Amino acid sequence: MDSRTNIGRVRGLGSAKHGGEHWLKQRLTAVGNVLLTTWFVLSLFMIPSFEYGALAQWLAQPLVAVPMILMIANIFSHVKLGLQVLIEDYVHDEGLKFASMTLLNFYVIASAVFGIFVVAKLAFTGAPA
Amino acid sequence: MAKNPNRPLSPHLQVYRWSPQMAVSIFHRATGFVLATAGMMTLLWWLSAIGGGAESYATFVKYVVSAGTDGSGVQIASNWFFRLVALAVTFSFFQHLASGLRHLVLDIGAGYELKTNRTWASVAFVAAFFATAFVALFVASRFIGVL
Repeated sequence: MDSRTNIGRVRGLGSAKHGGEHWLKQRLTAVGNVLLTTWFVLSLFMIPSFEYGALAQWLAQPLVAVPMILMIANIFSHVKLGLQVLIEDYVHDEGLKFASMTLLNFYVIASAVFGIFVVAKLAFTGAPA
Repeated sequence: MAKNPNRPLSPHLQVYRWSPQMAVSIFHRATGFVLATAGMMTLLWWLSAIGGGAESYATFVKYVVSAGTDGSGVQIASNWFFRLVALAVTFSFFQHLASGLRHLVLDIGAGYELKTNRTWASVAFVAAFFATAFVALFVASRFIGVL
């Protein structure tokens, strides 16, 4: 028994107040993905040649490298949010869930950094001969 | 806390009749998983092959696109594997895009009337199918020389 009010007894026991954040981020990155992947697919159709030299020069341009970097970052944020829900829904063992979440974070961050580095290096140093 | 494995379970997928609405939902998940794994890994391989120089791009082309006339057995098998991957990723892309756009509409509270909901679920599948077919035919005629 305590003398606190009803609201005082339940305060702090509810959600962590972050419930909306994941949901909203998923939608925001989804909208970003619609724009960026539309750019990417249209670019693929318009690349004049898939010979190596032309392709490297295409990717090294600022107007291609920048949206490509944005697309990699945005997609992997969305991947993180999406696969997180998959793990939460299907992996019920607490230890396995923790391990899966850790691996997911490794996968997403390592992949995004790798992709961004590759594109940035090509853009900064120019297309190799 | 020990779990009792014999406790009764609520009915799952097998007791429900399939409808476009439920199919589009589970396909959204499955295609998202395909894109997140096979799709993004292939994209990163492609980008890093371009970044790695002409020789590394040639290796990518040999294994993924076309081994050419003097390709090894492994490379030709790998080509066919990646053609299947490309088809799966292309379909997944358009399916996830179509059902994702549908979700954005549902998120603003529109499109829940039974008939409307059903119609747009079906439209997502039809759109993904035709977009995939278009890309597959385009690639087959322009790059593989099948048509």
